[in-house]
Amino acid sequence: MVPLSYYLVLSGFLFACGVAGFLIKRNIITIFMSIELMLNGVNLSFVAFAAHWHALSGQVFVFFVMVVAAAEAAVGLAIIIAVYRTRETLNVDQVNLLKL
Amino acid sequence: MNPMLNLWLIPVLPLAGAAINGFLGKRSSRTAVTTIALFFSGAALAMGLWVALRFSSLTLPYQEYFAHWIRSGSFSVDFAFYLDQLSLVMLLVVTGVGFLIHVYSVGYMWDDPSYYRFFSYLNLFMFFMLTLVLAGNYLMMFIGWEGVGLASYLLIGFWFTKDSAASAGKKAFIVNRIGDFGFLIALFLLIKHFGSLNFDQVFQSINPLRAETASAGLLTAIGILLMVGACGKSAQIPLYIWLPDAMEGPTPVSALIHAATMVTAGVYMVSRSHVIFERAPMALTVVAIIGTLTAFFAATIGIAQTDIKKVLAYSTVSQLGYMFMACGVGAFSAGIFHLMTHAFFKGLLFLAAGSVIHAVGGEQDMRKMGGLKSYIPWTFLTMGIATLAISGIPPLAGFWSKDEILWKAYQVSWIYWLIGLITAFLTSFYMFRLLYMTFFGDYRGVQVDAHGHGSHGHGEHGQAEPHESPMVMLAPLMILALLSLVGGLMGIGNHFEHFLAPVFGTGETVEAASRVTEFLLLGVSVIVAVSGWWLAYWLYCARPELPQKIADSLGGFYEAVVHKYYVDEFYAAVFVRPLIDGSTRILWQDVDRKVIDAAVNNAGAGARHLSDEVRHMQSGNIRSYAGWIAAGSAVVIGFMIWMGVR
Repeated sequence: MVPLSYYLVLSGFLFACGVAGFLIKRNIITIFMSIELMLNGVNLSFVAFAAHWHALSGQVFVFFVMVVAAAEAAVGLAIIIAVYRTRETLNVDQVNLLKL
Repeated sequence: MNPMLNLWLIPVLPLAGAAINGFLGKRSSRTAVTTIALFFSGAALAMGLWVALRFSSLTLPYQEYFAHWIRSGSFSVDFAFYLDQLSLVMLLVVTGVGFLIHVYSVGYMWDDPSYYRFFSYLNLFMFFMLTLVLAGNYLMMFIGWEGVGLASYLLIGFWFTKDSAASAGKKAFIVNRIGDFGFLIALFLLIKHFGSLNFDQVFQSINPLRAETASAGLLTAIGILLMVGACGKSAQIPLYIWLPDAMEGPTPVSALIHAATMVTAGVYMVSRSHVIFERAPMALTVVAIIGTLTAFFAATIGIAQTDIKKVLAYSTVSQLGYMFMACGVGAFSAGIFHLMTHAFFKGLLFLAAGSVIHAVGGEQDMRKMGGLKSYIPWTFLTMGIATLAISGIPPLAGFWSKDEILWKAYQVSWIYWLIGLITAFLTSFYMFRLLYMTFFGDYRGVQVDAHGHGSHGHGEHGQAEPHESPMVMLAPLMILALLSLVGGLMGIGNHFEHFLAPVFGTGETVEAASRVTEFLLLGVSVIVAVSGWWLAYWLYCARPELPQKIADSLGGFYEAVVHKYYVDEFYAAVFVRPLIDGSTRILWQDVDRKVIDAAVNNAGAGARHLSDEVRHMQSGNIRSYAGWIAAGSAVVIGFMIWMGVR
């Protein structure tokens, strides 16, 4: 059986990758994907703990997170398309003003 | 059981006068101010006389408790009064001479615009001086001690628009602070080692102690520190320098404060503490040496002064030296006797000098006087009596008291006696010099003096010719002249000493053999006094061109004497200038501006710089916020891991 710490290390690695990508990347799509990566890193630790403690609440939580992430993806992608249409760029450094 | 005397009224009456005149005097007439000032100082005198009349029926020392003051554990100081033979003498001198000078001031200050202020200060002085002499403990005495210093400061600087008067007041105050410092430390030592400041308790605990003959100890330290205090207040070497400058004040002030009463407070304090001094021979020797040196030193300066009041000022310093010489040889009653007679004749000399200054329109330089005896005969007569008295011509007051001191000094050491004798010669010389320069020869002043020396702000200065003072000024002169004539007679047969004996203990009885010596010494001092008179007559009346020649032939030495041996300049160079420079350069420009001010300024500037830096964190850039959050959580997680590892 794979020990819990392995899952947690992987989960922490995924989360750290997400953080790094969020901070470093300029492209909005990539930033968006980094956020998804952080969410999934957290999901992984939820699932690992649920399996370790034989408790279902962790898995239920993961479903909630997925639902919210899906909804967020829908709204977020819509915003990104709207931004691209108006600004013709996806570089966050050039999208720092709300007014045109 | 003693009857209640209500001694507290004696100082409080003049205080009431000071308050009324101080608060309401500006709007009242001169007559009202005069009435109030004279009534309250006269009431103090009346009470003093009433106490003197009932004195024989009292068990002494009479003590009166008025109110609580300080209570801390076993230590307590109250508003308490203390009356014995010594305080009675002081009480009568202060109220008596004080009242006469109040009367004189009515005439002298009548034209001054701040008439009410003068009398308010004068009454205030009476309050503090009476507190000083009637105090039942050292702390009450210290209140009076500081209070007379304040009154002295206010009155020296009475004409404060004159720069020299203002700075003379400050000088007196600051020099006195040095002495008070010693006095205060002596009080602290008393509290620490005897747990009390009340006269009777302190003296009771000191009485059984043995004299510190072998080595100096606590009592010697207390004695010397008390003497430091007395040096300040009574203008002894090395702190005498303020008194000559104090002559900037109005002349009645010089008479009352700087001749008759306040400056003798040091002698009173030393005599009051005689129990301490008698057990500290070294402290007594210090007192005697300081007194003797001061007497001689000041007398030599007095010879070459040309300002009439300065001569009298140095004479006062010199006579105070005599009193300390007496205390120093253990003859406290002789010191107090001289204090009393000195109050009469020196008060008179100053008042007469004031009358002279008044007559010649504010002039104080004796070289511009002369021949005044026909213009102001009464002043001349009274001043002549005072001069005879101070010079020690029998049977006037000064002869008895001064001779008493010289005789007691001779019994301790002939050196004191010899210096005292030379000083007596100098005293006689400079006093008759003053008399001849002022009243004899031809008038050397400006005849038509359109509007006088307004700097003194008193009197009608416009007179073309010297004029006699009004009766209100002459009457005190005459009363004091009478006292100078007969005041010494109570010294005959040691009456005065016997009167004070319960305070100071009885002196040893004089044997027949030393009686002869006493009369021999008496004859010597009379000869010395007369020869001083004769020399002054010869130099300043018979051959008036001689003094200048002698002065020229002495050259540099004469210059040094005229400039008071450059003591003021020396103090300025050694103490005052380094103090001012040090304060300016180090304390002000370095410590104050570079440390204290800089700390405040830099605290402000630092806060601004820091916030200026931190301000940039609030950039509005989401990613920098995210970066900070990530860094923060990294720190928190790192910390938790580190704690976990530990």
